[in-house]
Amino acid sequence: MMLEVAGLNAFYGQNQALYEVGFSVDDGQVRTLLGANGAGKTTILRALCGMVRVSGDMRFDGRRISGWATEDVVRLGVAHVPEGRGTFLRLSVEENLQLGAITRSNRHEIAADIERIYANFPRLRERRTQQAGTLSGGEQQMLAVGRALMLRPRLLLLDEPSFGLAPLIVEELFAILRQINTETGVAMLIVEQNAALALELAEHAYLLETGHVVMDAPSGVIAADEAVRRSYLGY
Amino acid sequence: MELLLQQAMAGLATGAIYACMALAVVMIYQAIDHLNFAQGEMAMFSTFISWQLMAWGLPYWIAFAAAVVVSFIGGVLIERVLFRPIHNAPILSSLVAFIALFSILNSSAGYIWDYTIKSFPSPFGHKPLLGGLIDTHEAAMIGVTLGLLALLYLFFRGTRLGLAMRAAASNAESARLVGIRVGWMTALGWGMAAAIGAVAGMLIAPVVFLEPNMMLGVLLYGFAGAVLGGLTSPGGAVLGGFAVGIIENLAGTFVPYVGRELKLTIALVLIVMVLMFRPSGLFGRSVVSRV
Repeated sequence: MMLEVAGLNAFYGQNQALYEVGFSVDDGQVRTLLGANGAGKTTILRALCGMVRVSGDMRFDGRRISGWATEDVVRLGVAHVPEGRGTFLRLSVEENLQLGAITRSNRHEIAADIERIYANFPRLRERRTQQAGTLSGGEQQMLAVGRALMLRPRLLLLDEPSFGLAPLIVEELFAILRQINTETGVAMLIVEQNAALALELAEHAYLLETGHVVMDAPSGVIAADEAVRRSYLGY
Repeated sequence: MELLLQQAMAGLATGAIYACMALAVVMIYQAIDHLNFAQGEMAMFSTFISWQLMAWGLPYWIAFAAAVVVSFIGGVLIERVLFRPIHNAPILSSLVAFIALFSILNSSAGYIWDYTIKSFPSPFGHKPLLGGLIDTHEAAMIGVTLGLLALLYLFFRGTRLGLAMRAAASNAESARLVGIRVGWMTALGWGMAAAIGAVAGMLIAPVVFLEPNMMLGVLLYGFAGAVLGGLTSPGGAVLGGFAVGIIENLAGTFVPYVGRELKLTIALVLIVMVLMFRPSGLFGRSVVSRV
């Protein structure tokens, strides 16, 4: 198993945000974390990247990563597209992509990967010299995903990729994510408010409520369960 | 007219040193959001190191290079040892640490090398240029500063390390998320600021003479330059430094009652004025944060 989490607790100061959370993601899998606002979805992604105080067991390729610094987790091949996208707004589009590969050293491969990102997101090529802050919301989200892919990650963490985007753009983005998953085999863990969309892309889902995992099932099962859909997913 | 031009050129030359100090101040400000009050004392200490090496018989340029390298390492160490442990502490803790660093460097320099004024050589000499408008050392001060600025520009725009440092300064959390070791980037910024300060100290020492308090006024002008140009803009800080040098010199010569005695006041007045009317400086960005 690539990523295996068991008994994970997370804390913001005195407040506990996660209680004994367990889940896993294997190579090439797409899984999603669902739940209402404040259920702890984002906290799980932050915990994986060493951005909140945690106790419990998180393993990547069998190595215990609890308590690691963010940059060390990233260097294992975990790319995180955070809430608010984490783009370097004052740097150019191309510089943002370069930064995604800052831990890699082969310049030819990096240049080739930038070309590949531009092929996936042609709009980014048009805007390569613009400051990232001048991009539209959809373009910025694509840049954030592109920057994360520049790491050549084994696991991609996506926090609300659809947030603030027009429905058409969201569909385009999710289509590209699916394509990237089949082409490169990068595993994905997606936090999404738009449960219908996430369940379509992911094969397995975890349902969270106030810091607890309350359901752990294949997407089809969750999507078919009307009671769950009504009470947790709101559609 | 002759006098005006002469004073302006002299102002440009000292302005070059203020520009160096402003640049060093901005480098650290970008990395940790605080003004380094000990920047001048760090530069003074570096200058004493090169003076000592020359006193032991080493040639100028070897002493110069050694002082720059030692200062770089010293800057990195100061960040690692003194400021890393308190990087999340409230602003007052940093302030106290800066003042401590200031006194430690100032008093140790006085203890090691005493407070008598020493002369410091210039490898460029003091031959008149442009019909006496400027001398060779002053021209070198301007040239070296511009060269330094060009090098830094190439470093930050053209290298991956420079890009990583810019990323770390603009958004630390995002920088960590692409795998940049932000703490080391900060330390590197300190090292570079210390090295720039060392160059500034060694260039100004032949003009103001070498003693533990030599950089006090220079740093104030450097602050004024940095504030004038904008603390978020290295290029602006350099321009600000040059501008302050010229303003200082012209006001000292042409405004009645200012003279030599009130020159330092100009720097302070300038700082207050800029902060009152344009807090982000001439070339800086004002940062708007959402609550």
